[in-house]
Amino acid sequence: MADKPMAQQAAQAVPSGGAVRRASLSVHIMRFRELGLLGFVVLLALLVQWRNPSFLTLENINDLLRNAAILSILALGMMLVIVTRGIDLSIGATLALSGMITALTVSANPGMHPMAALLLGTAIGLACGSLLGWFVARLGILPIIATLGMMNVFRGLTFTISGGKWVSAHQMPDSFTGIATGSILGINTLIFIAIVAYAVFHYFVNHTRTGRQIYAVGSNPEAAVISGIPKERLLWLVYAIMGALSGLCGVLWVAKFASAQGDTAMGYELTVIAACVLGGVSIAGGVGKVSGVLVGSLLIGMLNNALPLLNVSPFWQTAIQGGIILLAVLANVWVKRSVDRNHLLRRRI
Amino acid sequence: MKRRLILMLMFLLSISLLAAACGGNNNSGNTGNSGASGTEGNSSGQAEAKDDTPKKHAIIFKNAGNPYGEKMIEGFREAMAELGHEVIAKAPDQPTAEAQIQIIEELIAQKVDSIAIAANDSDALEPALKKAMDRGIKVLSLDSAVNANSRLVHVNQADPERIGRTLIQAIHEMIGGEGQIAILSATSQATNQNIWIEWMKKELENPVYANIELVKVAYGDDLRDKSVSETEGLLKSYPDLKGIIAPTTVGIAAAGKVLTDKGLKGQVQLTGLGLPSEMAEYIESGVCQWMYLWNPIDVGYLAAYAADALVKGDITGAVGETFKAGRLGEKSIVRDGEDGTQIMLGDPFRFDQSNIAEWKNVY
Repeated sequence: MADKPMAQQAAQAVPSGGAVRRASLSVHIMRFRELGLLGFVVLLALLVQWRNPSFLTLENINDLLRNAAILSILALGMMLVIVTRGIDLSIGATLALSGMITALTVSANPGMHPMAALLLGTAIGLACGSLLGWFVARLGILPIIATLGMMNVFRGLTFTISGGKWVSAHQMPDSFTGIATGSILGINTLIFIAIVAYAVFHYFVNHTRTGRQIYAVGSNPEAAVISGIPKERLLWLVYAIMGALSGLCGVLWVAKFASAQGDTAMGYELTVIAACVLGGVSIAGGVGKVSGVLVGSLLIGMLNNALPLLNVSPFWQTAIQGGIILLAVLANVWVKRSVDRNHLLRRRI
Repeated sequence: MKRRLILMLMFLLSISLLAAACGGNNNSGNTGNSGASGTEGNSSGQAEAKDDTPKKHAIIFKNAGNPYGEKMIEGFREAMAELGHEVIAKAPDQPTAEAQIQIIEELIAQKVDSIAIAANDSDALEPALKKAMDRGIKVLSLDSAVNANSRLVHVNQADPERIGRTLIQAIHEMIGGEGQIAILSATSQATNQNIWIEWMKKELENPVYANIELVKVAYGDDLRDKSVSETEGLLKSYPDLKGIIAPTTVGIAAAGKVLTDKGLKGQVQLTGLGLPSEMAEYIESGVCQWMYLWNPIDVGYLAAYAADALVKGDITGAVGETFKAGRLGEKSIVRDGEDGTQIMLGDPFRFDQSNIAEWKNVY
């Protein structure tokens, strides 16, 4: 709020005319760091719309959001993990495990309330995440190694529990698949859950002591410990949250596709990490915003939705996807750099 | 610091042990009764002599924990039980050629009499399989073929031509003979799907289908999320679309789900190749009136009889030879491509509302 008048002052104080113009331009940009990315999203949307007019229809936007909902929820948890300088490669496996156990439970008890299924999945994910958090926080195992190991353990468990079999649509009651097709207040349940998750995370990250402490641990672990921040407990918490979200998404995934396979979401963790990095979360830790992650997830969701609409050769699709992600990151970095330059400008005065 | 390092090492060790244990479970199969090998000796010299002593027949599938593969192995075991032979069933944890090569080496060391393999790569297995054949082991492929140099014969689950043509005939009947259709395939590199699609296109050249237009071949990569996005893309890009053919299990189920969610039952028809358990919901609801698949039990069963005939010397894998395949009756060896030979299982099997209930619990 206080940014704007201060920045205007700064702009006026700069002597040369050219600099004034550049600075005031940056002032507007500065109000939203992820503007570069957002601009890119809008540009891409217009481009796709020009190629295929059915892109910006209500139905397609609904489909897009529905497909991106799970990714965006996972990206929130991943953001916290990356902010603490960690990484979680096990989320795809956790998602599959929770989805498989929930699907088996639901097919055995068709009368189960959908809410109970969601809670069960979240609890399984929480257990997986807590175990991981314990490994990382207490035993001090490098996150990449701990999560890589547990990824295989969870994936193996999924196969063992299911006996290699799939749980198919005809084994799931309508109330369960209804989780993904139903709506709350006129909004699809998946999208609704994502919105709630973003609201809660926005508050948690920006307005609670624990939320701020997570960033402190990420940007300078030593200083955080010296100033009395319980680093171990926070690390554990971060992985537990990630696990719980993966568990929740496992149920959503299975309900959405009406099928639970052993290899559900294999490799999905990389997409989630990509969404985070796109959204400006720094792998080096300490940096990451909820709004950025949202835009990053939306961009990936948009690519997945738009590429089938454009008549491009399947051989080109992945290359185009990679190229666009790279361009988006470049655009974002460029905008951020000009923002930082503006910050430096202000500091001198 | 030291303690932490030791803990880390311990953890890694336990993980690798766990992984090994898991792998062991999946791979174990039926390896008992190994004492018999001593009396048999190397069968290469006496392969022509017809003896009825129990033999060791191995089957390798693409990866462990695949219900389709398990049914195939089940059929293989069933036939071998009828013939009174021993079965060694193996499958790697990951669907890679490297893992299969390792298994082949193990089987060569165990001196099995035949190896039936569903290959993860048609060319990469050639050195290993050639080595096996040099040692007198009869090699055949099933489901997913290896190249003609590395096998004696291939057991083809279904005639690609019959599949391609049948699917077009089915969609033609469903949409009433005219309108736009699209194909939702697996990956753009999938050998099986590409051959079937080629045959579909050939069938479409028939003037009977003059009013049917194939608008797009989309690739869902056998991933749920991508198959859903591709189906949604098809429906939006071609609002007049009348039918979708999905010759892949994940694709057809994903398309069935999208059509169900969007309430397009009756407006957009769906057929293809799918697993009965996955498709039961959509066949029963009428979103997909009927679809096809071969019977994996029969694929394994036929491969077992072919393996037995090869070991006994009844067939050598040359075109024109015939043999008896238990309940499947007389089968003959036909040409496959330029220099290979194969045995065809027959027409794909049709699943519709009348029989889906009994099949949905099978596989």
